[in-house]
Amino acid sequence: MISLLLILLPLLTGLAAFFIKDEKLVRTWALLTSLATLVVSILGLCCMNDTKYLEYECEWLPSLGASFSLKMDGAAQLLCLLNTIAYPLVFIAGWDKTYKNAKNFFALMLFAQAGIMGVFLAADALLFYFFWELALIPMYFLCSQWGGEKRIAVTFKFFIYTFVGSLLMLISILYLYGQTPDHSFSIESFYNINLTSKQQSLPFWLMFVAFAVKMPIFPLHTWQPDTYEQAPTSTTMILSGVMVKMGLFGLIRWLFPVITGASFMWGDVVTLIAIIGMIYASLIALRQDDLKRLVAYSSIAHIGLLCVGMFTQNASGMQGVMIQMFSHGINIIGLWIVVDWIERKTGTRKMSELGGLAQKAPALTMFFVIIALANIALPLTNAFVGEFLIFNGLLGSFTQYYVWYTVLAGISIILGAAYTLRMIRKVAYGETNEITASVKDISLNGRLALGIIVVLILAAGIYPQPILDLTSGVTDSLVDKFDIIRKALLK
Amino acid sequence: MPINYYIFLSLALFCIGIVGVLTRRNAIIIFMCIELMLNAVNLLLVAFSKMHYNAALLAGDAATTAGTDGQLFVFFIMVVAAAEVSVGLAIIVMMYRNIHSVDVNFLNRLKH
Amino acid sequence: MTRSDGGCGDQIMQNALQMVYLIPLLPLLGFLINGLGRKQLSKPAISLIGCGTLLVSFALSIWVFLQVKGGNVHTAHYFDFISVGKLNIPFAFKIDQLSSLFLLIITGVGFLIHVYSSSYMQEEKPEHFGRYFSYLNLFIFSMLLLVMGANFVVMFIGWEGVGLCSYLLIGFWFKKQEYNKAASKAFIMNRIGDLAFLIAIFWLIAKLGTVSFDEVFTATNLAKLKTFDITVITLLLFVGATGKSAQIPLYTWLPDAMAGPTPVSALIHAATMVTAGIYMIARSNILYSLAPFTMDIIAYIGLATALLAATIALKQNDIKKVLAYSTVSQLGFMFLALGCGAYTAAVFHVMTHAFFKALLFLGSGSVIHAMGGEQDIRNMGGLSKKLKITFITFLIGCIAIAGIPPFSGFFSKDAILLSAFIKNPVLYGVALFAALLTAFYMFRLLFTTFSGKFRGTHEQEHHLHESPPAMTIPLIVLAILAIIGGFVGIPEVFIHGGDKLGEFLSPVITEQEHHVSHSTEYMLMGLSTGLVIAMIIFAWSKFRNYQRSEATGFGKVLENKWYVDEFYDAAIVKPIKKAGTFFNQVFDNKVIDGIVNGVGRLLHYGSRQLRLVQSGQAGSYILLMVISMVVIFVIQFFIRK
Repeated sequence: MISLLLILLPLLTGLAAFFIKDEKLVRTWALLTSLATLVVSILGLCCMNDTKYLEYECEWLPSLGASFSLKMDGAAQLLCLLNTIAYPLVFIAGWDKTYKNAKNFFALMLFAQAGIMGVFLAADALLFYFFWELALIPMYFLCSQWGGEKRIAVTFKFFIYTFVGSLLMLISILYLYGQTPDHSFSIESFYNINLTSKQQSLPFWLMFVAFAVKMPIFPLHTWQPDTYEQAPTSTTMILSGVMVKMGLFGLIRWLFPVITGASFMWGDVVTLIAIIGMIYASLIALRQDDLKRLVAYSSIAHIGLLCVGMFTQNASGMQGVMIQMFSHGINIIGLWIVVDWIERKTGTRKMSELGGLAQKAPALTMFFVIIALANIALPLTNAFVGEFLIFNGLLGSFTQYYVWYTVLAGISIILGAAYTLRMIRKVAYGETNEITASVKDISLNGRLALGIIVVLILAAGIYPQPILDLTSGVTDSLVDKFDIIRKALLK
Repeated sequence: MPINYYIFLSLALFCIGIVGVLTRRNAIIIFMCIELMLNAVNLLLVAFSKMHYNAALLAGDAATTAGTDGQLFVFFIMVVAAAEVSVGLAIIVMMYRNIHSVDVNFLNRLKH
Repeated sequence: MTRSDGGCGDQIMQNALQMVYLIPLLPLLGFLINGLGRKQLSKPAISLIGCGTLLVSFALSIWVFLQVKGGNVHTAHYFDFISVGKLNIPFAFKIDQLSSLFLLIITGVGFLIHVYSSSYMQEEKPEHFGRYFSYLNLFIFSMLLLVMGANFVVMFIGWEGVGLCSYLLIGFWFKKQEYNKAASKAFIMNRIGDLAFLIAIFWLIAKLGTVSFDEVFTATNLAKLKTFDITVITLLLFVGATGKSAQIPLYTWLPDAMAGPTPVSALIHAATMVTAGIYMIARSNILYSLAPFTMDIIAYIGLATALLAATIALKQNDIKKVLAYSTVSQLGFMFLALGCGAYTAAVFHVMTHAFFKALLFLGSGSVIHAMGGEQDIRNMGGLSKKLKITFITFLIGCIAIAGIPPFSGFFSKDAILLSAFIKNPVLYGVALFAALLTAFYMFRLLFTTFSGKFRGTHEQEHHLHESPPAMTIPLIVLAILAIIGGFVGIPEVFIHGGDKLGEFLSPVITEQEHHVSHSTEYMLMGLSTGLVIAMIIFAWSKFRNYQRSEATGFGKVLENKWYVDEFYDAAIVKPIKKAGTFFNQVFDNKVIDGIVNGVGRLLHYGSRQLRLVQSGQAGSYILLMVISMVVIFVIQFFIRK
């Protein structure tokens, strides 16, 4: 019931938003409905967390063996919560912005929410694929209609990139469907597929590439900085805060439990690629002048670490990924809000042209510094817990070169501090210049959104245990699966 | 007469047809070459049909119908060829009326 | 949620020690109030909150210290910070001899410096004044977490927290980008060390599954570790310590950190934060005693740092830079002591150093304050007449650091030199040389600043004045401590049972017993004291009437700090920047995006070429048809075979 509601609510309210002509009204509508969705997801978390509320199933395409079935495990609950928190934050932060064709904008945003939600909830491979694409389409229109100057070319690249990935995933899904004992797309049948590790390699890579494009993982990342730069910032927040988690969630629900052997076999390779990508993206971020591109590359580095954490395939690493997915979503939305405000008030994103904001906008700077520090995983911020667990998992993992992997990944953490502090220094500190001399401090709605984010950062940083408890069931079952494989290989 | 002669003759006719189609630009000649190819095939079909019939008779089967389907095909081809001629000639006439020529190289609008 | 374990003493007292969370909580409250209310509160209110919270913490620390002295140690468990699978990291505080001693130093010296700051920072705007005090309180909070943590993770939280506060306070005057760069440098160099610290923690978790001091340092758990593991863990922890405590190779941030306000330099970059590394190693002394290789490395690095920093300090002209290199050098001495297994001596030196170095920094702050922001000692001179209290306290500080009996520095430095002698007389020789350099550059600083003629501008001369009581009283208190602080650790040769500190720390620190004959010990003391006095006289003769002169030859190398910063810049920073630029401009744009766009372009180009086949000529279509038919026949022919 809860799970169905989580999809239907944004879908239907989005549909209704198409018919609200008044801009102010549609804005309010979007905010209120997103808050309603948040309430539903919190309900699912606290009061109605029984499987009878969290699962839903009805007939969809019986001839193909596909059904409309939704399942909400701990990981899905966490990500749905992230999705439902992200939307009100985005709407609050963008409260004082005007859009042409506002009704279409908000309707498409809500559709995207429904699509993302479906990805997190689907318990049927075909349904998963369906929602995967459904989330992409509103994003395409949002970027191509409301984006920056180069939006057409960039959006085209984004679309083709992810679409190619999706098609590879579809091939993989169909292949696995052929292998299911009862010719069904349901997740249970997929879990029952019996293939040797070697046979799994092809579907593993096909599916992994799809997820890797979405995350994105080096070297499949080049759509991301361009898209983040060109898309309207509200959309970028959703893209980077929530949508990239679709790829990681795909690993958790569709790749690891289904293709366990190959995931284990190729773990070393993927980890190495992801670590190279982390250092690579950090180095690039160190030399960026454009704030948006800097945040984009920083995000690539962080997502690389998340991917590394997933492939440690032990409890610590994967629990770290769970909490870090949530943290990264919150933190990066905060960073975008700050960057967006700076761009709107100064008209530039170039760090070389900025400076001295700490004098003109102390509140903004305070939020900026706290979120930036969370971005570099300072203890008692949310990201520390995640990165601590991921690194711990990496060093404790069973891969052959774990020490060197840890050291290499650690280098990117140091570089992360370097580029984040460089960003703070160039933007917030120093003397004001003619561009920044007239900047006003952040408005009330911005303060509200950033205040909520800071509270979330500190709360999850000081007492992360509830989040860890929420997802422990999912990681435990994954760890069990990997342990079986590990033992079989040791024999 | 051994079947070889028929095969060589029809091959020769077919090749003449192909070369004609490929090299000539006059639509009517191309048309005639196509007919030539069709008839080469017809000849082969009839020849093989007769061969199979004779073979069956020699095997002692007096009431055999072996090879008749080959001859049936010939009729089909003749009918189709006749239909084709009527349509094709009509096209050629239309072509001549429009561009005052039956040279196929002038007829390159297919790519548009 | 609370659980009492460990220690002895009656149950009521156990529960009382559970309240130690108040000690860090109060500065945290001060941070929140001052930080959020910095625009509303007046300056007196801000300093009252800042100093008041710390005073209460100090009082509580004294109470805790007395409890511990009475034999009551306690681990206070509050909640589970992270609990994943088999790994459980509680948020817990450990109150024992070592941490209670550090609590006293931190809150005590911290309180004095807070009082000093309330006058020193008076010229700032209220909101910056509030910001300053909130950062300072946050620092105290983090430092308290660091020493109170009952496991490596809570310690690490404080460890990074103090790094953050150091960053914020070095860049306190954020309008100057140079200061901000120094702040970033400090943070990043610390992060390098922090990474090593983290990896050490992970290694411990991987091998033992726990990070609690109480559990790691038990015989059963230590027996599970191989020698290789212990060596790696201790080395990694030591790398972490080199970052925080400014040792080779990660020391270059500390001199630059002098960009912050002077009380900050006194508190963070002399008395407390930089000694965190020593605290960490002293805390894990059981582990280190099992790793002789690491101990050697620590001794050598410590000694090398002591010597290198002392040579640089000889030629520095910025009053705070001299003190900064002196701090690096003294920290080197402490590491030497740790490397020689004399943990108590190291902790002892941490304590005395906190007194006299805080005193010296605050004294230099008083000088800078009087000189209107001037820090170059070449422009000072003859200040002893105008700044009497400052001069006398500064002199006391110099005597203490030089190590003349019975001032505090003598006892702690002597203990270190003795431990070096026991380990290896060569170490002793080099360490003694560094100690002599210390005496020389400190008295060079004293004489150039306070004696001779005034060399600054007339305006500055007119402006000269003694600092207000809020600044001089902490100076006097610290001076008294610098004189008497050494009496807690009087060597056995003087008074039997005089080493009260060693006795107090003996439950947490296990040291090997060494015996040197009394005559040797007297001889070593006499030698070092005599040479130090000779050095002071030499410095007096040379700098009594300082004349400005340009450094030449080797002096120039020293003045430029052996060009280490330049070397780091060329060897590490520039290549990284170049790699970043290369990846950004060439690799990402041309290669990866080139491949991606190339695939698209290839399809585009391919289709355009393929389009030409469709010429519209009926003849060419037929030709293609025939060719394809022939090809198909041929293929079929071969496939049949």
